[in-house]
Amino acid sequence: MATRTIEYGVGRNPEMGPGGTLAASPTEPFDAPEPDLGSETMLVNVGPQHPATHGVLRLIVELDGETVVNVTPRLGYLHSSFEKLGEYRTWNQIVPLTDRMDYLAPLIYNCAYVMSVEKLMGIEVTERCKVARVICMEMDRIFSHLLWLGTWSIDVGAFTPFLYAFQQREKVYKLHEALTGARITTSATRIGGMMADLPEGWTQGVREFADNLPATLDEIDGLLRHNAIHIGRTQGIGAISAEDAVNHGLTGANLRASGVPYDVRKDRPYYDYESYDFEVPIGCHGDCYDRYLVRMEEMRQSIRILHQALDRLPGGPINVEDPRVSLPSKTDCMSDMESMIHHFKLVTEGIPAPDGDCWFSVEGSKGELGMYVVGDGGPKPVRWRIRPPSFVNLSAIPKLSEGHLMADLIVINASLDIVLGEIDR
Amino acid sequence: MNPFDLVAQGPAPSGDATRAERGANEAEPGNPTVSALRARFSDAVLGNSVTAGDQDVVHADPARIGEILRWLHDSPAEQYDHLADLTAVDYGGGRPIEVVYQLWSIPHRRALRIRCALPLHALEIESATGIWTGADWLEREVFDLFGVRFAGHPNLRRILMPDDYGEGHPLRKDFPLRGRFSRAEQTRRALNQDPESYYVPGEIGDRVPQVVAAEPGDPSLAEEDHGDEDD
Repeated sequence: MATRTIEYGVGRNPEMGPGGTLAASPTEPFDAPEPDLGSETMLVNVGPQHPATHGVLRLIVELDGETVVNVTPRLGYLHSSFEKLGEYRTWNQIVPLTDRMDYLAPLIYNCAYVMSVEKLMGIEVTERCKVARVICMEMDRIFSHLLWLGTWSIDVGAFTPFLYAFQQREKVYKLHEALTGARITTSATRIGGMMADLPEGWTQGVREFADNLPATLDEIDGLLRHNAIHIGRTQGIGAISAEDAVNHGLTGANLRASGVPYDVRKDRPYYDYESYDFEVPIGCHGDCYDRYLVRMEEMRQSIRILHQALDRLPGGPINVEDPRVSLPSKTDCMSDMESMIHHFKLVTEGIPAPDGDCWFSVEGSKGELGMYVVGDGGPKPVRWRIRPPSFVNLSAIPKLSEGHLMADLIVINASLDIVLGEIDR
Repeated sequence: MNPFDLVAQGPAPSGDATRAERGANEAEPGNPTVSALRARFSDAVLGNSVTAGDQDVVHADPARIGEILRWLHDSPAEQYDHLADLTAVDYGGGRPIEVVYQLWSIPHRRALRIRCALPLHALEIESATGIWTGADWLEREVFDLFGVRFAGHPNLRRILMPDDYGEGHPLRKDFPLRGRFSRAEQTRRALNQDPESYYVPGEIGDRVPQVVAAEPGDPSLAEEDHGDEDD
């Protein structure tokens, strides 16, 4: 498997010298006994409404001076009971629920959900649909990482990268709108295909976006990679070893920053990911700075995949030609009674799924996004379960932030790249 | 064939023909772990099957799940080091609730699903937090939404619903979509909440707000018919 280990030339935990350059620590460390002041710990409440929590997350922080003793995250402020709602909807009606969970990468959620149902039903989608979904998923991985990059840089004290990143995100919003008519709540997929074929000129728009992005990434990277403040605030902060990261269920960039080359696209390939030429970046320290480097490199690799997918996008139908799942064309419905009845039956009754269960996971932008669907032969699921990567990643925050400063907690939280819509569901 | 018959019939289950030939319980697993597991825990493995074409499922005895998971995690030939997911399924109608473990072995690149059926009168199973620390929140979620208790879990509290939520476990099939209490009672409880009580130091640790459960026959229960439909 092609992996790339990231090393960097600057020393760890440097001090900032005059003029903002890195310098060795001016004083030698010494061991002085800390005076016993008989102090008590203090509770600080962060959130639920706080920009640094990236959503409605509440962290109850127990502090000893400025050092974090314990963090207790409280969730559920955004709980919308999507899994329960799904049990009252037909398989296709669930699609709009999925993009409301991770509104930072809605197309990945749309695709992952229908892929799990298609696997349960034994439907093989068309070549064009596969490539189109790969384009959608890689585009949204960049889309989500750009938001992370912007908010991350604000949390470490830099405002400019946020503006640069959002300029590029706006282009993806426009592509979403051209593809689906919506900027965030895309609902682009259907079982057996897509809501509609790719609009004319859309692939050209994606290509332009992929062509222009590296310049912006280089610009942002130039502002952050060797920036003394950025390095001082992130290197050695929130580090987790490879073993602990795996044991804690971390996935995605958070796991790969610790040096574990686990990527669902490589380990359990779907949609011919094994035939795309790309590398999986891994870090070697597992700290916040490595998570930054890994995500930056992931965006560059996603651009590579985008170019390859755009090159190989075949013609032909985007939906499977199977009367059991695909709607007849609108023209047919308006001119032909059988098609009208067919359309009516599929829409009102839904598509029955076989009795059984199916687990399908994709590499989402936040980590391993798993969908577990259980059918009983009817048109509605018995159970529809999402394995939310941010939920598991966030559960590591007490461990990651213990012993760090309060200000580092904000950086650690930002480095995990969470989205609360998915955590609370 | 008439397309309407096909529509009514729905898509064919993936790999169904092979499953029927082999017999559901004697399916030939693609994952060598299944036979290793059968050989080692012959009395605790109640059966195995293959679903969705190529996914191996082992039905295990819940009384011995801790032992099985520990062996799957530690044995050098298996090394299921990644607990991808832990959830539960309620089929309704008084049938047992099944706890489902999705395991993945990063070194061997193998997936395995373990299912444990828990009868409704004994919803308790050993916690996996001693094996994977990542099971912590996943088990809390299953406890919150299904009411399955995990013995040995260090902090088994509700996670998505509030600590003093009194209507039960929402993902159970007998839980109506809009909750057990009437709208009036839900509003009354929401207005009576004291937000200040959530900001006391006592909430870290054992002193969590007490659950006020409604007694059967309590007038607050179901004053109006909710129905199951979401309109």
